[in-house]
Amino acid sequence: MALLDIENLTVKFPTRTGVFVAVDQANLSIEPGQIHGLVGESGAGKSTIGAAIMGLLEKPGYISGGTISLKGKSISGLDKASLQALRGKQISMIFQDPLTSLNPLLTVGDQLVETIQAHLDLTSGQAQQRAIEYLELVRIPEPEVRIDQFPHQFSGGMRQRIVIALALCSEPDVIIADEPTTALDVSIQAQILSLIKELARDKQVGVILITHDMGVIADTTDVVSVMYQGKVVETGTTAQVLGEPNHAYTQSLISAVPRPDEKMHRFPLVSYGGRSHEFNIESLATSWKKVDIDPEKPLFEVSNLTKRFLKKSALLPSKQTFSTAVDGVSFNIQQGEVFGIVGESGSGKSTLARMIAGLYPTDGGHIVFDGQDITNAKDLSDYRRQIQMIFQDPYSSLNPRMRIDAIIGEPAKHHKLLSGKALQHRVDELLEQVGLSAAAGKKYPHEFSGGQRQRISIARALATQPRFLICDEPTSALDVSIQAQILNILKDLQEHLNLTMLFISHDLPVIRQMCDRVGVMQNGIMVEQRETEALFTNPQRAYTQELLSFMPTLRGIKSA
Amino acid sequence: MLTRFCSKWSCLLPERIRTALDSDFMWRLSRSPVAIVSFVVFALLVLSAVFAPWIAPFNPYDPASLDLMNGFTPPATANDFTGQRFLLGSDDQGRDVLSTILYGMRISLFVGFSAVLFAMVLGISLGLIAGYLGGWVDTVIMRIADVQLTFPSILVAMLIFGIAKGVMPAEYRDQMAIWVLIISIGLSDWVQFARVVRGATLVEKGREYVMAAQLIGQPTPIIMWRHILPNVLSPVLVIATISLALAIIAEATLSFLGVGAPPTQPSLGTLIRIGQSFMFSGEWWILLFPACTLLALAFSVNLLGDWLRDTLNPKLR
Repeated sequence: MALLDIENLTVKFPTRTGVFVAVDQANLSIEPGQIHGLVGESGAGKSTIGAAIMGLLEKPGYISGGTISLKGKSISGLDKASLQALRGKQISMIFQDPLTSLNPLLTVGDQLVETIQAHLDLTSGQAQQRAIEYLELVRIPEPEVRIDQFPHQFSGGMRQRIVIALALCSEPDVIIADEPTTALDVSIQAQILSLIKELARDKQVGVILITHDMGVIADTTDVVSVMYQGKVVETGTTAQVLGEPNHAYTQSLISAVPRPDEKMHRFPLVSYGGRSHEFNIESLATSWKKVDIDPEKPLFEVSNLTKRFLKKSALLPSKQTFSTAVDGVSFNIQQGEVFGIVGESGSGKSTLARMIAGLYPTDGGHIVFDGQDITNAKDLSDYRRQIQMIFQDPYSSLNPRMRIDAIIGEPAKHHKLLSGKALQHRVDELLEQVGLSAAAGKKYPHEFSGGQRQRISIARALATQPRFLICDEPTSALDVSIQAQILNILKDLQEHLNLTMLFISHDLPVIRQMCDRVGVMQNGIMVEQRETEALFTNPQRAYTQELLSFMPTLRGIKSA
Repeated sequence: MLTRFCSKWSCLLPERIRTALDSDFMWRLSRSPVAIVSFVVFALLVLSAVFAPWIAPFNPYDPASLDLMNGFTPPATANDFTGQRFLLGSDDQGRDVLSTILYGMRISLFVGFSAVLFAMVLGISLGLIAGYLGGWVDTVIMRIADVQLTFPSILVAMLIFGIAKGVMPAEYRDQMAIWVLIISIGLSDWVQFARVVRGATLVEKGREYVMAAQLIGQPTPIIMWRHILPNVLSPVLVIATISLALAIIAEATLSFLGVGAPPTQPSLGTLIRIGQSFMFSGEWWILLFPACTLLALAFSVNLLGDWLRDTLNPKLR
């Protein structure tokens, strides 16, 4: 008998336009001490399964069929009170964001003791003792001291470990971890995952690990279920599913994962569910404006670039304190080259990109573009016409109240490159080149999916025929198969249009696929700068070596 | 896929109206009885105010129609002297109460709408500027707003009204009274709009589409007007509705206190002020009917506002 058995679970969300089946006859079974991965793209229904088990389905969603049983006892038909008793005690949950899952007004100890006493019959002294033990278990240093601290006094990784301690302290049988490391840096992700792995084995807890990240699945789970549009399409041991995927969807998903160990020319796109999109690079290349320049001279020269942010304001300048976000960074980018910048959150890579884009004033150093110093220049309009940017979040980079044709046409219109019929023609052409129809121009952003929006964002960036493209985490908000499409488009642009790019990412495998040269940033300083292949095969600096060691290995994933 | 609802009559309408009717907004409206009732009541009141000259049985402003003999006629009974009947009775000067209510509502609604519009334009502009520019501009605008919030808004309105009356030449006082009323209520009410718009602007200006506009070098006023403004308007709609109810009540209060609409252009508040002096002498209808109308007006607008807030921003609930 399995610890947790889910049979034919169906979850429905009645909406105005009909009933949406979020989970469709899903079967899962979790054994004690086992980590069961639930992988799929956004909207596949993986989090809905987690919520259904916890009895936390958002209204108007409801379980319309099937059973969930814990140790042979059905829990899907329970009333509110008994579900509440079950929640936390026998099943607990780890959420994505450690910033919001801890109460900022209570000390860590208070929250642990409260949870322990709610579920176990212990005096406050015993509960306090136990809380310290659990903090020790999740490797918080000096637990006796830190138990009286507030969540904001801990780092993001530590906070997630406290959340794990909270989930464990009631000695549950099952833990549901919903994207537990998505909000964390790779180095912390590695710690958290190994902690979950170890605790599951030692405490014989069944873990459901919900994630979209194939690397996490490959490194952590024992068994994996692949979900697509509410259905579990494939279940098996991790080695089996990743190594010999049976279902066409699993195959397409795995082929889209960026490989950390080799550079591919293009991602092989195995289309599934009619989602392959064409990108018409040839037609774009024929109309592209050619610029004659000396290929030997660097297009971009950045020297000693520095940016400080005011930390504490004061009337007297001597009393003000600053934090240095970017500290004396220098690099060159050749014509037609893709230069990558990689680093963890807070390393200053986005600040650097924004200074180069002319969005932030600089506090020192020079930016020279095509022989012209544009550092804090008065008139940037000439420079601005030649650069464009692709942003991270396709849900926030398009103005929701503007029509697509107005969004794409805006840069060209602003720079007075095109107007009237010619502008409309260019917009229609661009829409078709990025794989959308010209009719899409009459719609608003909310009518498109994340991947389509990112294509629109690319179309906007290409409308002025820029020479230099800044990509700030262009795929980190996208599903892997969409990421593969977008990266292929960017590769096409670079190859056929000889477009120069600055490519910023925290994702090492993506960097490896995209970039010719890479700079590694840590705390505002560029610690290493080399050819991509050399950096990945033979990193020089300790920090780079550390970063590379945290990269998911994708052991056992079938090579394409 | 969305299955578009399309009945026989709606297919005849132009595309824009049809999509508007088919929106989620209208769908939610159709599922809330409270919202429908309050919407219908409000629409009826507004329509009857707008069409008052055509539907009112008498013109209370026309001295020729006034007959002091008709004074104090109870509702729906014949006058002892003239035999004239008034549906809701008549006041001390023989004016039909129903007609004065319809005409009074015109003034009340006009003042309410205009004051909210004025407060909205002022509040949105200042909030947008404060939120987007930040720094000392933000500090100055929001401190002024904070100071104003320490006074009850009716006091602010009375103060502005009093100053304006003192400054203006006597012969214009009555003529300009309505406009002074609008400006004083509007000035006492802009802070809410400014605060909400500033908050929403702070959120929107961090979004990447604003950065995309900055990247191509669009000037600040264009970014504020074209990119940020359309995205901060939905909370404004909610506040505007609730402010409308407040403005109508503020106008009634001012008029009740005798500092608002002049007796030559009586608003609902003026009617209530006139009516309350007859309350204890038995002529209850002169007070009761205008008061009920004010209640229905303010109540329906308030309910609509609450419903709008729940619909447009479920998190505020």
